[in-house]
Amino acid sequence: MFAFIVRRIIQAIFVMVIIAGIGFTVQNKLGDPVRDMVGERVSVAEREALRDKLGLNDPFLTQFGRFVRNAVHGDLGISYFHNKPTVDVILSKAPATLELVFGSTVMILVLCFPIGIYTAIKPKTWFSRFVMGSSTIGVAVPVFLTAITLIYIFGVELKWLPSYGRGETVDIWGWDTGLLTADGLLHLILPSISLSSIMLPLYIRLIRSEMMEVLETEYIKFAWAKGLRRYRVWLVHAFKNTLLPVVTVFGVEIGILFAFTLLTETVFQWQGMGFMFLEAVERSDTALLVAYLVVVGVMFVVINTLVDIAYGFINPMVRITGAK
Amino acid sequence: MGHLLEVNGLEVKFALRFGDLTAIDGISFTLDKKEKLGLVGESGAGKSVTGFAVINLISKPGFISGGSIRFEEHELNRLPEEKMRSIRGNRISMIFQDPMMTLNPVLTIGTQMIETVLAHRDASKSDARDIALEKLRKVYIPSPEKRLEQYPHELSGGMRQRIVIAIALLTNPALIIADEPTTALDVTIQAGIMELLSQLCETENMGMILITHDLAVVSQVTQRIAVMYAGRIIETGPSDYIVNCPRHPYTIGLINSLPGARKAGSRLTQIPGMMPNLTAIPPGCAFHPRCRLQEPVCKKSRPALEPVSAPEHFAACHQVDKTVDQDKLLNLLNEDNQ
Repeated sequence: MFAFIVRRIIQAIFVMVIIAGIGFTVQNKLGDPVRDMVGERVSVAEREALRDKLGLNDPFLTQFGRFVRNAVHGDLGISYFHNKPTVDVILSKAPATLELVFGSTVMILVLCFPIGIYTAIKPKTWFSRFVMGSSTIGVAVPVFLTAITLIYIFGVELKWLPSYGRGETVDIWGWDTGLLTADGLLHLILPSISLSSIMLPLYIRLIRSEMMEVLETEYIKFAWAKGLRRYRVWLVHAFKNTLLPVVTVFGVEIGILFAFTLLTETVFQWQGMGFMFLEAVERSDTALLVAYLVVVGVMFVVINTLVDIAYGFINPMVRITGAK
Repeated sequence: MGHLLEVNGLEVKFALRFGDLTAIDGISFTLDKKEKLGLVGESGAGKSVTGFAVINLISKPGFISGGSIRFEEHELNRLPEEKMRSIRGNRISMIFQDPMMTLNPVLTIGTQMIETVLAHRDASKSDARDIALEKLRKVYIPSPEKRLEQYPHELSGGMRQRIVIAIALLTNPALIIADEPTTALDVTIQAGIMELLSQLCETENMGMILITHDLAVVSQVTQRIAVMYAGRIIETGPSDYIVNCPRHPYTIGLINSLPGARKAGSRLTQIPGMMPNLTAIPPGCAFHPRCRLQEPVCKKSRPALEPVSAPEHFAACHQVDKTVDQDKLLNLLNEDNQ
């Protein structure tokens, strides 16, 4: 198991370097920092001198090495617009996004397992048919449409839930959280539902089809033949085998969830990284864009590595191959 | 004394889009305590379905559409599900064909054994563990304590099938249904498993239904054999008679197709044609299109199981008089093959 974890971490580092490389290339080729820094009146010779001083004329790999070294030390450049280190800007926005992703993940996890299992066990009930029908719609409707519809119904017409911003937040050791106030939680409801609306139907369908497949296997038949109680067969024998592929997919999907925060945060004026990213695009704040790319990339890799390690704990066969 | 198991006119159908398909067409047989019965036939003849029907576990869309299954004092196909569950895996155990597939890959052997005991007995976990260890020793598993902690993929095929047998023994059942228990195993291991099962039936007072397509295996172990073809029993009787003087042309064909029945190096005899698909069972005797002895009557009316010369030996064939002379028949079949 230990060897397996070490190997996964080495792979993760490798992936992070590649992400950094892509980020760096984007920054390197997109726009000219010298032109951004100096005005029109500076002569070509002076510009060249500045380039040399900034190391912009060094070979690509030297520059990349410097970029990685700085990145490891938490320096991903300065945001032109905010006039602050990009990492600081991102970190100040990260809690909002993480809480949004957390909120919808909880919503997905709480709902997808019971519904997925139920629809697999009782595929012919009206509830299962309803779920399967509406999940098709859920997959097809874009997030921003779901979000706008929700705002219209619950925010504008019924006036039950707040429809923009994070509401009241408290500062806990530098983490700006909305999870601890009633107002903050109320504000989280609509954005979380919108964000989970893309993944939840997919998850229900995935769990359902995996579970149905598992229920047809010989070992489930044997479990029935042993005279086990129904819930034991469903929840222990079948469900544990259903989990394996679901866990794998979950790591990838959570990254997609991050991607969709761009839309959700914009519609709900949610002051998170996604909102910040779109603002940065409008202002051509290249350094901030690249820093966002790298930070999100790192989060994605970390989550996937954790998921893979969790997978090893569920599946005994992975543990064995990992030990060799 | 009543029989341990009495199946009468059992009928199993599969509900398909274009109508019901008959998989088991009115079969009857009995099994006494400690008796071993072989259920033989080609794949698709309905052997496995019969086994699953006894414990009421036919997979959908199959269902029992008629007949009765009497086990001990219970009418099995009329029992409510919860009562049936308490018999299944408890009084009647089943052993499946492929031990690589029957054990859950993500649960330890210990979990899979202990849960079975707990499902039927009011026992503590450590009691259940002790029972599991006792049964593992009965099937000659080396270092049983260690096995309880292991996962199925850490064990060999033969070992797994022993564990499946140990699971079947956990609750001291009165009846074991073994569905091709050795088919997926190496030949060298097959004999050991068969021997073990046969011996356990004696020591544990169990009746056994041995489902197999291998007449050679079944004749060594069982007292009686029922040969199935296209969802019916076409011949049944004491194993000796079935193997040494079969009367139904299909059984004769099966026996002649065994490698041992022929001179070494000569071509194996085969029954021409294939068993009919359940959707297209021929009228009259279902075997007539493949039968050397067929007469017009075979196409028209379906023969019933009737007693033949030997005691308790029944065959369903219109031409059963012609099969008395085995040598003649054998020659006939040989000519056919050349």
